[in-house]
Amino acid sequence: KEMTVRDALNSAIDEEMSADPKVFVMGEEVGQYQGAYKITKGLLEKYGPERVYDTPITEAGFTGIGVGAAYAGLKPVVEFMTFNFSMQAIDHIINSAAKSNYMSAGQINVPIVFRGPNGAAAGVGAQHSQCYAAWYASVPGLKVLTPYSAEDARGLLKAAIRDPDPVVFLENELLYGESFPISEEALDSSFCLPIGKAKIEREGKDVTITTFSKMVGFALKAAEKLAEEGISAEVINLRSIRPLDRATINASVRKTSRLVTVEEGFPQHGVCAEICASVVEESFSYLDAPVERIAGADVPMPYAANLERLALPQVEDIVRAAKRACYRSK
Amino acid sequence: TDTTPITIETSLPFTAHLCDPPSRSVESSSQELLTFYRTMALMRRMEIAADSLYKAKLIRGFCHLYDGQEAVAIGMEAAITKKDAIITAYRDHCLFLGRGGSLHEVFSELMGRQDGCSKGKGGSMHFYKKESSFYGGHGIVGAQVPLGVGIAFAQKYSKDEAVTFTMYGDGAANQGQLFEALNIAALWDLPAILVCENNHYGMGTAEWRAAKSPSYYKRGDYVPGLKVDGMDAFAVKQACKFAKDHALEKGPIILEMDTYRYHGHSMSDPGSTYRTRDEISGVRQERDPIERIKKLVLSHDIATEKELKDMEKEIRKEVDDAIAKAKDCPMPEPSELFTNVYVKGYGTESFGPDRKEVKAALP
Repeated sequence: KEMTVRDALNSAIDEEMSADPKVFVMGEEVGQYQGAYKITKGLLEKYGPERVYDTPITEAGFTGIGVGAAYAGLKPVVEFMTFNFSMQAIDHIINSAAKSNYMSAGQINVPIVFRGPNGAAAGVGAQHSQCYAAWYASVPGLKVLTPYSAEDARGLLKAAIRDPDPVVFLENELLYGESFPISEEALDSSFCLPIGKAKIEREGKDVTITTFSKMVGFALKAAEKLAEEGISAEVINLRSIRPLDRATINASVRKTSRLVTVEEGFPQHGVCAEICASVVEESFSYLDAPVERIAGADVPMPYAANLERLALPQVEDIVRAAKRACYRSK
Repeated sequence: TDTTPITIETSLPFTAHLCDPPSRSVESSSQELLTFYRTMALMRRMEIAADSLYKAKLIRGFCHLYDGQEAVAIGMEAAITKKDAIITAYRDHCLFLGRGGSLHEVFSELMGRQDGCSKGKGGSMHFYKKESSFYGGHGIVGAQVPLGVGIAFAQKYSKDEAVTFTMYGDGAANQGQLFEALNIAALWDLPAILVCENNHYGMGTAEWRAAKSPSYYKRGDYVPGLKVDGMDAFAVKQACKFAKDHALEKGPIILEMDTYRYHGHSMSDPGSTYRTRDEISGVRQERDPIERIKKLVLSHDIATEKELKDMEKEIRKEVDDAIAKAKDCPMPEPSELFTNVYVKGYGTESFGPDRKEVKAALP
């Protein structure tokens, strides 16, 4: 059986709204328009305007309102049409949501989900193509989840909505229409994935590849190519950027002794850099080669198709880096 | 002290925008007058004591004092219940006290002790009391306005028949997000009352230097507003009662409280470079909110000068005792560094500055 990521997200929100009357959806075009990317399709018809709120294009205002509603015990699911627009509201995500439970010594918890497409789509230019994983994952108090497959999307979004803390849920527009095999278990309304646990998508013994979101697909393709050349790559789908599953990453590196970190976002101070630091701190003596880093080019995203391709990690970049780590490159 | 009704006239008429102003005659009682006097005197004493503790270096960082503005906190509480929510910015000590917080919690929090209302983890700007719907205590100017509108959203969503008072100063009144939140509050008929505590200076910037129109009660355009003498607790009480009824029936309203802070903006501001000493002493002599209540108490023969003096002595002792007790209260345990980061931390490892030396599994 197969399911698209879009349907996985939609069904996850639907089931959680049905299970808990405190869950509601707000954001730009989430209701009558059915969602800019149709993730909230059908929810207005099913739950009515008292559970599904179309907001004006005022991120600071509606994000603050969502956080306030969570202070008072509701469980808002706030959609950003894309995470680029969350910059208008980042103060409420960081200062109002992430820090309240700590500042109030546990009096004011914030059960809210901020979700929407993150990172580069196709041909939308610099202001609509940035990955915010490293930004949000640097902040204690937030949880940051990055689904890849339909199973990830369902299990992680349901976990995020049920969680009592603020969760930043980073989707990818280019994955919405992709279909993935899905198990009966993952289709059950009680299905939920643990927050803070990575998934080993493919086992291997020669080199570890860590990545998240759309790049998991690229890493799996790279692993197939590497297998043709006799290199067995282990692919780790991080699923959760904060908490980061350092244990799974380090256990894998201790097994393979080689690491390639992959992300779409900017390289400097990125998720790859944090993983590299963690491995150097905890598993330095196990490393047989320098850690390799494949990331977005260190430039704002260009528009032209050829330049855009050059700015984003490609399967061949991952293959090349893995071979370098295995001392197999020319 | 009894509850026989007394009618008191507000000092000034209300000025209204898009609504009919409430009556200037306010219902009260001897008991209420005395309670107003006592609570305001306690707030004033508490803030003066905080000033001394700060100067003695027992309070760290930021500290914003409320003396001069007490009538707003007191009048508002007299009109509402603890189901109604309050959220404010960083000048939050007296609002916390008004919501039922104790002096011990205040001084312990100010001195970073474990009995503080935020167990010493919040500090002066981050007081909360969720059990009586006080949502803080916020350090980012203007951000509390959408948050307050969100609490009002939850009240309407949950059919609570309660309202939220979201407080901000004349400085925050120019923040863009205030207008974003107000627009949504009006679109969705949320029971949100925006209370602009206009103390006439955003830090050191006079209102007219920051606002093209300092008529904050009219700045909601399509949202009704009321200008209130914020130095008159009875005017505040009447306005808040009126606003609560309005908000439950028709949606948001703005209350501009014309008030004054005697202290500087924060402890690093002597409060004298951007305003004259004459201006401050003029307000003290002519508009002081506690003196106004004192005159009413005396003119209605509710208490004598001597009885009020005795009450002040009692308050002084109450504050001194609370400070002594707070000074004896220990600092938070070092292990508290890693609590409350999350409600559910899943046992994730969190680190101190040297992660090889200090780490903890988050509860």
